Amino acid sequence: MSQNYDAIIVGAGHNGLTTGAYLAKAGLDVLVVEKNDYIGGASVTREMQEGWFYSSCSYVCSLMRQAIHRDLNLTRHGLVLVPYLGTVNFGDNGETIVSYNSEEAEYNQLRRISPHDADAMFRFHTDLARYAKLIRKTLLRTPPDPTSFRLRDIRELLWLAREFWGLGEKELYEYIRFFTMSAADFLEDYFEHDLIKAAMASPGIIGTALGVYSPGSAYILLHHVMGDVDGNIGAWGLARGGMGAISQSLAGALKEHGGEIRTNAAVNQILVKNKKAVGVALEGGDELNADIVVSNLDAKRTFTKCMDKNDLPPGIYDRAKNFKIRGSSGKVNIALSSLPKFNGVPDNRYVNRGGQGFVGSLETMERAYDCWKHGRWSDDPFIESVIPSAWDPTVAPPGKHWMSNFVQYCPPELADGPWTPEKRDQFGETVVDKIERYSPGFKELIVHMEVRTPFEIEAEVGLTEGNIFQGELTIDQLLFNRPLPGYAQYRMPVRNMYMCGSSTHPGGGVSSACGANAAREILIDLRRPNTVPADDFDDE
Amino acid sequence: MTNKLDHKAMSDATDLTTDPFAGERLKESHFHPRQAALNLRNAWSSWNGYKFADYYYDAEYEYFCVRNGCATYDICPMQKYIISGKNAETMLNRMVTRDISNMKENRVTYLCWCTDEGRMIDDGTIFKLGPEKFMLTCGSPSLAWLRKSAFGFKDVAILDVSDEVAALSFQGPSSCEVLKKMEFEGIENLKPFDIGHFRFRGNANNMLMVSRTGFTGDLGYELWIEPNLALDLWDALYEVGSDYGIQPYGETATDMARLEAGFIMPGMEFNEALKTIHFQHDQTPFELNLGWLVDFRKPHFNGRTALLQEQNEGSEYTLVRLDIQGNKPAEESHLYSSKSCKYEIGYVTSAMWSPVVKANIALAMVQTEYLQGEIWAEIYYNRELRPNSKIAKCTIKSKPFWAPPRARATPPLTF
Repeated sequence: MSQNYDAIIVGAGHNGLTTGAYLAKAGLDVLVVEKNDYIGGASVTREMQEGWFYSSCSYVCSLMRQAIHRDLNLTRHGLVLVPYLGTVNFGDNGETIVSYNSEEAEYNQLRRISPHDADAMFRFHTDLARYAKLIRKTLLRTPPDPTSFRLRDIRELLWLAREFWGLGEKELYEYIRFFTMSAADFLEDYFEHDLIKAAMASPGIIGTALGVYSPGSAYILLHHVMGDVDGNIGAWGLARGGMGAISQSLAGALKEHGGEIRTNAAVNQILVKNKKAVGVALEGGDELNADIVVSNLDAKRTFTKCMDKNDLPPGIYDRAKNFKIRGSSGKVNIALSSLPKFNGVPDNRYVNRGGQGFVGSLETMERAYDCWKHGRWSDDPFIESVIPSAWDPTVAPPGKHWMSNFVQYCPPELADGPWTPEKRDQFGETVVDKIERYSPGFKELIVHMEVRTPFEIEAEVGLTEGNIFQGELTIDQLLFNRPLPGYAQYRMPVRNMYMCGSSTHPGGGVSSACGANAAREILIDLRRPNTVPADDFDDE
Repeated sequence: MTNKLDHKAMSDATDLTTDPFAGERLKESHFHPRQAALNLRNAWSSWNGYKFADYYYDAEYEYFCVRNGCATYDICPMQKYIISGKNAETMLNRMVTRDISNMKENRVTYLCWCTDEGRMIDDGTIFKLGPEKFMLTCGSPSLAWLRKSAFGFKDVAILDVSDEVAALSFQGPSSCEVLKKMEFEGIENLKPFDIGHFRFRGNANNMLMVSRTGFTGDLGYELWIEPNLALDLWDALYEVGSDYGIQPYGETATDMARLEAGFIMPGMEFNEALKTIHFQHDQTPFELNLGWLVDFRKPHFNGRTALLQEQNEGSEYTLVRLDIQGNKPAEESHLYSSKSCKYEIGYVTSAMWSPVVKANIALAMVQTEYLQGEIWAEIYYNRELRPNSKIAKCTIKSKPFWAPPRARATPPLTF
């Protein structure tokens, strides 16, 4: 007779662990099952070469909800988030823009490039901060259902409306435009210098199958800059010990409250009886019973791979099948024998601790997108890099380094047939060749390299097409439309079944917000006291 | 001593002929040339007459170097006195509230000393360097009080060596690893508050004293060496440390780190008794939660009678660690016993948002009788020039906000 759990969570990624921790904190008997022999999903640290610890997938964080970090005592469970310094952006023509820590140094530099843009930068950051402030407030709240007449939904809709009106008439128009604009168009209103535009546009395409000129990319830009580290909006942090430290600390909190984790336990199917979720069947054939099943997998994988179509109400399967979750990025993790030097970048200890953006120009980024549309990886890709070992002494041997390279674009399927190890390696070479252009001698520093195309990311982590957000962050799939219209409140079409991953509001990023929101909704249904904290902004 | 001072005064007088402002300029520490080169922001303040960095590049960045890698903090301006002679121990034991008679050689102890009224003059550390030789370090000049305390004791010599020792605090999780790489053999076996002596660059004539002490609550050491070797030591440290993210840090980062560790600062948590004008605006060790530094089992010491009375009758105030709702630092906040702020029960002495712990932390003085009840802080802040205030709930924390196991482990855990 197998044990009956109060809740089983499928997938030990950071959101699954967050939901688990909060349910366990509320006194529930919780089990998190994970297909891999390690936990963390895409928030993971793995020693792929002796002495080098890669954050194999996600590599930086800024959306992690401070309130959750504080509430679950994640620091005591080993989590230390360290802000990292700015980014050097490289242009096609050899031009570089170094992001300096002091506002004055930054201003002086921008003035040398473009006095106009140096001034405009203040307005740009102010406007972004205003937009971000509103969206940030929705992160730890369940989106209201606009079709519902429940008191809670009406109240939440009114709150949202009030927040919008609070922007003022002019900004309200701007804001609505903003959701549908392209990053390039949005930036056109502020800047004239192409490399500055390209550098500012790059957050608008990260993780998404859109180009800098595609409508909708402006919002993605906002999604990437609305986070903060200790109140510094737009700042990004590294998790000391790699992104796995986030998952490990959440697992620590889960266990502290009595939750369990089982690895090497891939779920074959979520079991449904009498239109109610009753447990999961594992790949080995074991069945585990639970009153509640929570899927931390993306919406497409959940409904089309882990459930029987006949258990779902009509239409859900097709909607899930068409859920927009397109793979567009690859990841190349490189172990280096020393710190690389870059053309046009001074050997400045602080600049060394920032990131690198190989942006080229708006044109180059758009061309890179064109390749993806035609089923090829970009021959001149956009790369966002960071060398965490320059900051974090725990992730590489002393004096040695590891470099994380996030690459766009890389299609989930190639026009000339499926991915093969040879093609994967060619993709890796393309990336290394591009870096070598800006850092002569770079290739000689390479000790080990892990190349990950959407194919590997899907196979290892389980993200459909390797989409890092568990579904595109476009307006049709945001707020009350995420993941599917009518199912934005974490409750799924089958009773006692919930979703808690980034396919739900507020979407991708290592934020723990999806997981915490899901836990709150579950506890409401179970009529248990809420254990999930409110967000702790003091914005007013 | 007197001769030396005269000599200095004379050299200053000579300088006056070339630089009319020489007398107004601050002294430069033994590490100044290197620190000045790295002080990109020219953010200088002062400490005991020395030019002293507030920060070098960015205070928060430097704070993270302390918590994440390793970093150096100039403690040349700290006051250092050698107290030696047959009665040195008896004299010090008469002055300080803690019992130092059981101290072993090559050990350091934290302590404080009080007026006859039991009010705290200063806190500091005593290094036992030999059977009859001690070094006292403290934040403020204390020569006069030491002389006064030595009155009537025969065979006690007090020497102010503040300017004659180059001292550098070296803190952070990778600090031990760097010192190991510098071939200070056995450095990892130093326990907290131990002192070790090492040959610098293998030379027996150039001895480096290392104590496992610091003011950050993290793994860390303090390095003590002859001033003529100061720059040499700096260079050696920074050469090896470059692979470990070494960085100088200043006053602001120190203040952040010490608050997370729950350490008190003069001018913040306590007003030095000898500099307090208003009756009872100073503090006692009991009020500052330093009762463990007061040992009534030893023979008479300064302030004993008053402190014994306080122990029996209870202290008016008690220093507490607070975790405060929200994220607005409760700087200079008043504390109340209810949300309606009707009755004031104390005040915040230091407050900050802790980037490591992700908590809004503070040290505060609370009237002892109200410790069991609710505590609310009235916090003032402004946003885009608009003044704002909020009332936030406070929770007393019994443990330091930051106390990683590596800080106590011997040998320290790797990073």
